[in-house]
Order: sequence, then structure tokens, then C-alpha cells
Amino acid sequence: MFTPTLWRFRRFPDVAPDLIHLQREINRLFSNAEQRAPQEYPAINIWENNESAVVTAELPGIDVEKIDIEVTGDILTLSGTNEIETLKEGETYLRQERDRSGFKRKIQLSFPVDPKKVAAHYEKGILSITLPRLEESKPKKIKINEP
Amino acid sequence: MSDKGLQKTENVSAGERIRNVKTFVPRVDIYETKEAIFLIADMPGVDEKSVEVELEKNNLTISGHVTIDEEKDRSIVYSEYEVGDYERSFTLSDEIDRDKICATVKDGVLRLELPKAEKAKPQKITIKAA
Repeated sequence: MFTPTLWRFRRFPDVAPDLIHLQREINRLFSNAEQRAPQEYPAINIWENNESAVVTAELPGIDVEKIDIEVTGDILTLSGTNEIETLKEGETYLRQERDRSGFKRKIQLSFPVDPKKVAAHYEKGILSITLPRLEESKPKKIKINEP
Repeated sequence: MSDKGLQKTENVSAGERIRNVKTFVPRVDIYETKEAIFLIADMPGVDEKSVEVELEKNNLTISGHVTIDEEKDRSIVYSEYEVGDYERSFTLSDEIDRDKICATVKDGVLRLELPKAEKAKPQKITIKAA
């Protein structure tokens, strides 16, 4: 099943949510059973400049201890388990819409990251990871020597 | 909801706002115990100051206001979710004790406790031998 990759959207990030939605609709039309793509949870946004990238993910109500963030080269791996609330006897669900599954997803950035300088922050249910670019990979200005 | 990938459903029925942001339907779990009904809503980006719970007659409305902080020196290169407010309404039955409704917000999750009114709690009826 076709899943979106980062580079496809790099040029027109504003339409990315609409494109993903359209793509999912098309996938649904052409497959008999709707396949769930577990790597699409949690939803992420990525900001970049030449120095660093920021990845944010919506993870409401998660235990920070249960989030794992790993960086290798230009790949960021996010994994974790959601707390499962178990109901006592005599309690029944009337409605169950929230996500409670574990997740693992790999995100490719456009440059290698310095793993020592990665910082993560969790507030109001939003995880935000700052990933500074590896010094060696930063663009270098080349001086033209005059003859 | 089977469409797990698309995180947020836009709340189309929510009235048009002055603020030019989208409004989403928060996902909720509702479960019932003998004493109360619990409503848990995922509203990432809100805190206790920006959530409102309103009860008008039988209509319970939860809404959350999310401040959008743009990254100033970075540009967005990839986006799977949009940031916006939340709004959703529920119709309550009369069996809720309105004065004792209790709400808390933690890590972007709103938790509402709606205690059942005394008269609505299940009562055991003893059967006398004839």
C-alpha cells in the first residue's frame, strides 16, 4: 500500500493534509478491505530551516516515560505505548473513539541530525522534538579565489 | 472510527467563528459506572484555562481554544495535522446530577465526571415471599 513520503510534500506543505486525505480515499476505493497504516499514528508536522528541524506530534494523555525517541543519521524513530484504561466490573463503554494502541513510526528528515543535541518537550498533549543538524552536514560557503 | 490515519475530523456544523481557524471534533470515550458517566476527550493543545464546558438545558458543549504558535524562523515542510479549536455537543439525559459535574484537564485530555442523580441510581427491589 502506498504511503506518503516526506519529499513528496516538501514543495507544497500547505496542501499536504488534503493530499493525504485524497490519497487515502483513493487507496480505499481500490482495495477491498481498508488497510490501516499503523505508521501514520501519531500525526506529525515538521518545520525546518538550515540549522535544525522541529517535529511535533499530537499525543494527548500519554505518559512521557512511555515515549521512546531515537535518532540515527537522518531517521527519527518515535515509538510508545498508550496507557490502556481497564474498566472495572459493572462499567461499560458507551462510546470508544480514542486511540489506545502502541505506535512506532520512522520519519526521514532532509539532513542528518546530531543525536547529542536533540531535545524533546511535552506540553498540553503535544510532543515537540528539536533536532539540530549535524555540524558536518551544514552547507558551507565556498569562497572564490580571485586570480 | 475506522479512519485512524486522519487524526481530526472537522466540525462542520460548528457555527462560523470570528477567529479564522478550523474547528475539530474531539474524539471521546464515554463510559458508565453505577454512580456516574465519565467522558474523556482528546484535545491536544488545550489546557485548563482554554477549555470550556457549558451546560444549557440538556445540551452539554465542550469547547477548547488552541493558540497557534507558528515557528518564526523555520518553515513548515510537511504537515499531517492542522491546528484548530475543538467543539462538540452532547445531549444529556435527566439522570445527571448537574450540580456535581466535575472537569479536569491534563496533557491535552479533558476528563468530565457526570454523576448520576440519586433517583436514577439502580435500586434493588426486595421481593417478599407471598
